[in-house]
Amino acid sequence: MITKRIIPCLDVKDGRVVKGVNFKGLQDVSSPVELAKYYTQNGADELVFYDITASSDGRKLFTDILCETAKSVFIPLTVGGGINTVEDFDRVLKCGADKVSVNSGAIKNPDLICKAAKLYGDQCVVLSVDVKRVDGVFRVFAKGGRENTGMDAIEWIKRCVANGAGEVVVNSIDTDGVKKGFDLEMLEKVCDAVNVPVIASGGAGKIEDFITLFNTVPKVDAGLAASIFHFGEVSINDLKKEMKRNNIPTRI
Amino acid sequence: MVAIIDYGVGNLFSLKSSFSAIGADAVVTSSKSELERAESIILPGVGAFCDAAKKLKDSGLEDTVISLAKAGKPLMGICLGMQLLFEKSYEYGEHRGLGLIKGEIRPIETVIPKGYKIPHIGWNSLEIKKQTPIFENVKNGEYVYFVHSYYAADCESSVTAVSDYGAPLTASVQAGNIFGCQFHPEKSGETGLKILRSFVALGEEK
Repeated sequence: MITKRIIPCLDVKDGRVVKGVNFKGLQDVSSPVELAKYYTQNGADELVFYDITASSDGRKLFTDILCETAKSVFIPLTVGGGINTVEDFDRVLKCGADKVSVNSGAIKNPDLICKAAKLYGDQCVVLSVDVKRVDGVFRVFAKGGRENTGMDAIEWIKRCVANGAGEVVVNSIDTDGVKKGFDLEMLEKVCDAVNVPVIASGGAGKIEDFITLFNTVPKVDAGLAASIFHFGEVSINDLKKEMKRNNIPTRI
Repeated sequence: MVAIIDYGVGNLFSLKSSFSAIGADAVVTSSKSELERAESIILPGVGAFCDAAKKLKDSGLEDTVISLAKAGKPLMGICLGMQLLFEKSYEYGEHRGLGLIKGEIRPIETVIPKGYKIPHIGWNSLEIKKQTPIFENVKNGEYVYFVHSYYAADCESSVTAVSDYGAPLTASVQAGNIFGCQFHPEKSGETGLKILRSFVALGEEK
């Protein structure tokens, strides 16, 4: 039986993982390589590396560190951040990424998903979308969630999937950082609209939030989170034990 | 030495890295003589069947792979590389494969119940049907990582494991010295590395 995936997301800037990370036994807590190994050995089903570097020097460091990580991590690795062209896909795929996630790049250039899917296959293209309620309607936000594009989120997601996006990461701006659980209402709508894997992001604060997610919206395939894993608030191993206890299929 | 065939399909970075991680000497190559020298051969592949089959033919390596496999050299096809080992595929038309394993490739939507997502993507457990050298250190129920929309059918005699996705989908096959994994051992954590290790050992025994 296929399992529900648990995915930690690491923000990388200038080759280092940012945001506080606190793990016992980890010598260099901001080394993407060390952290990736740690998560791989501690139950993560997949890793997301998000490049938040702004400079081209930083981007070079990111690809170098990605190569090094991919050499020692043998679970799927998704890379996002600063993906605006097919050349960006090529750059990170050559360094060992298995999937590439696009967000603002797809909004700026609507052909990007289509072109990348033709070149690398649908399974390689992940649509990442920041969604927020505006007057009761789900809207797509760009520029890290700062700018309302005015686009209807469900329509946008459907269009990107039709163009070849093989998976969708849906980040709810309304629940992100609040730690009171995932945006179940929005996720339900997205799952009803598309037939590709949907990854929930934004809002997880404790183990129960993941249990509620998978029980309430069984069509969701994966839960993604960052700081709660990094700060040790939620241990992936404990989370998976609890999933198993609740009869949610999990790799343990 | 393990030869990973480079015929212009997909990214071989992870595959090469996974052999390094288990201490095996692996080369990515499109040279006929290197395939002949190798103790074992990996046939990788992602993308569409017809495109990969054509590229393998155009590379001039198709006959070499067939004759080396028939001569007894351990060969493992991974993902689309496994599908190429079969007689034919129905992905976007009807296309001929290498014909090294009896059976054909069909869309999974013809066997799985409605409501299941396509592709079959994620971690699924192996239901081992038959003992096979590559599962020597793998227990029934271990998880491996899949990404595929087509599956091998009519190949009961060679199936060594299936995975349940509303229907049992062929996960791995063996016909003598020829092996195939629908999943990606190079992305399947420790379980995947164990499978690659056992495969490498087969070549070293020879």
